[in-house]
Amino acid sequence: MTESLQSAPGPFFGQFGGRFLPEALMAALDELTDAYDKARVDPAFTEELERLAREYTGRPSIITEVPRFARHAGGARIFLKREDLNHTGSHKINNVLGQALLTKRLGKTRVIAETGAGQHGVATATAAALMDLDCVVYMGEEDTERQALNVARMRLLGAEVVPVTTGSRTLRDAINEAFRDWVANVESSNYIFGTAAGPHPFPAMVRDFQRVIGVEAREQMLALGGLPDAVLACVGGGSNAIGSFDAFLDDADVRLIGCEAAGDGVDTDKHAATLSLGSVGVLHGSRSYVLQNEDGQTIASHSISAGLDYPGIGPQHSWLKDIGRAEYWPISDAEAMDAFRLLCRTEGIMPAIESSHALAGAIKLGNELGPEATLLVTLSGRGDKDVEQAAQWFGMLPGEDA
Amino acid sequence: MTALGDRLDQIKAEGRSALIGYLPVGYPSVEGSVRAMTAMVEAGVDIVEVGLPYSDPVMDGETIQLAAEAALATGTRVADVFTAVKAVTDAGAPAVVMSYFNPILQYGPDRFADELLAAGGSGVILPDITPDSGAGWAEVAATRDIDTVHLVALTTTPERMHLTCQASSGFVYAAALMGVTGERASIGEGVDALVERAREAGAPRVCVGLGVKTAAHAAQVASYADGVIVGSALVRCLADHPDDLDAGIAALRAKTEELAAGVRGHV
Repeated sequence: MTESLQSAPGPFFGQFGGRFLPEALMAALDELTDAYDKARVDPAFTEELERLAREYTGRPSIITEVPRFARHAGGARIFLKREDLNHTGSHKINNVLGQALLTKRLGKTRVIAETGAGQHGVATATAAALMDLDCVVYMGEEDTERQALNVARMRLLGAEVVPVTTGSRTLRDAINEAFRDWVANVESSNYIFGTAAGPHPFPAMVRDFQRVIGVEAREQMLALGGLPDAVLACVGGGSNAIGSFDAFLDDADVRLIGCEAAGDGVDTDKHAATLSLGSVGVLHGSRSYVLQNEDGQTIASHSISAGLDYPGIGPQHSWLKDIGRAEYWPISDAEAMDAFRLLCRTEGIMPAIESSHALAGAIKLGNELGPEATLLVTLSGRGDKDVEQAAQWFGMLPGEDA
Repeated sequence: MTALGDRLDQIKAEGRSALIGYLPVGYPSVEGSVRAMTAMVEAGVDIVEVGLPYSDPVMDGETIQLAAEAALATGTRVADVFTAVKAVTDAGAPAVVMSYFNPILQYGPDRFADELLAAGGSGVILPDITPDSGAGWAEVAATRDIDTVHLVALTTTPERMHLTCQASSGFVYAAALMGVTGERASIGEGVDALVERAREAGAPRVCVGLGVKTAAHAAQVASYADGVIVGSALVRCLADHPDDLDAGIAALRAKTEELAAGVRGHV
């Protein structure tokens, strides 16, 4: 590899990416791009972000070796990058603090966010409280039902949560509604986008704010003796995965594996396996793989995990797939839930259902590679929010037979 | 020049502004939408914006969102748009298709353009495509006599205004407010200045849409724009009569007549 793949600037990643949105938002996107380009090289900004990471989020996050879990994964050595231990319980805070600081720099007083599982919404509500910003979070009505605890968390933090009742009533519709809000309130409001998708500058900017995951993990693994054979992370829109992968992109011997949600299975029509089964199209402002029919209408996705239940994918992942630098594996609801339970019972760590997809990928890969292999898995979030859903899945609620 | 530019120039020569009406194809059915569009032309709409329903319409408010959702639920396909375009042009009005980009991209931009022209259509309005997006549409339009209408907004910078107006043909669509489609109580401030900026940047013609609801709004916009674009207020005529298309079309005719009087200054 002659040229570095790290920190690709956008707006295009190969044929993917770009900015396909109404003219009314172009001034705001240009303004945001400009503010970010200045901030990223401004020590006052980067130092403040690093201070918040250290003193508020609790970075660097640790890595934990999980030998009892690994016995079920062919005996490979498995390390978890513990983004679940961040303040607010997931990797989302890394990105939100960066974008909230930018909002202050832009002189705006209100932030808009979309959320699927609620983790990005909770992180945004948290940053808004910290930095004295008004906060409105759009969330699909179906997601408000399956993630009721996170809805309450956002409201407790002072945010307004708006259930979105149109379309499939999930993350994709929440993004549509957030764009609509932004067009109408662009003067006062900044859109804090939660994943490394959408129009430029979001894919590159969110990746940069999440890049810390891979940068830390790479150093931590080297200190423990060497680079892993593979890095695994779950992908919905793809922010924790791209944040985990970026620092390893030029390490040609490190396999990068994104685990996407296969729902009921890739041979059914209930899945969110965009990279396995999608085709190239334009959705939410960028060109990427999309789950769509032959008329270009988006198909509703399905996953037990609200955070992965998205029919699109960040453009850099589409590019990494096409150039062969990363692999994307479909993981079913059942495989993810088995991995969820296994980590709980062998290590006493309760992962988010999203992150459980990456754990399931690690079980497969470990069994394939055997005890010589070393795997790094990003545990993007903790499972507290998923307790009710998991208890239901396993029939553990009162009145049910375990 | 296409029929769209010809008609706008002809109307300008009459000393008035054009009335441009939007309806989505397939709402309440393909046949019903064709009837409604034809009725709208008979009642005084000069140009029809034929909407292609899309699953993720980020520029649209609730009225058009729900109509698009209903049209897709009953199986409306991309090719149905050409049926409607042909009916509109047969009724004597130029037709332009308003579509988000992905359906056109999946249909094949070249194929879409050719079939649109074959059906008698004049061009397209692309709400999520700006001239600098690199979407590939400009290359398709460059080799055909087809209009590409781009949008400008109150926040459009001078540099982008120039780019957009130079890249547009037929007309430039000036968005009268910062927001999505839908009826509003009044036309916002600064729209006349926006139209003026677009003209100075080289726009061939400037039509104004978003929020126009009444004859008074139409008359106000007509005093400074080449055309007045109405969507949600017309769609609502059909939406208000979900089980009675005849009643919906009667309401649509009445609303069209009101707006047609408006663009002629009769309020």
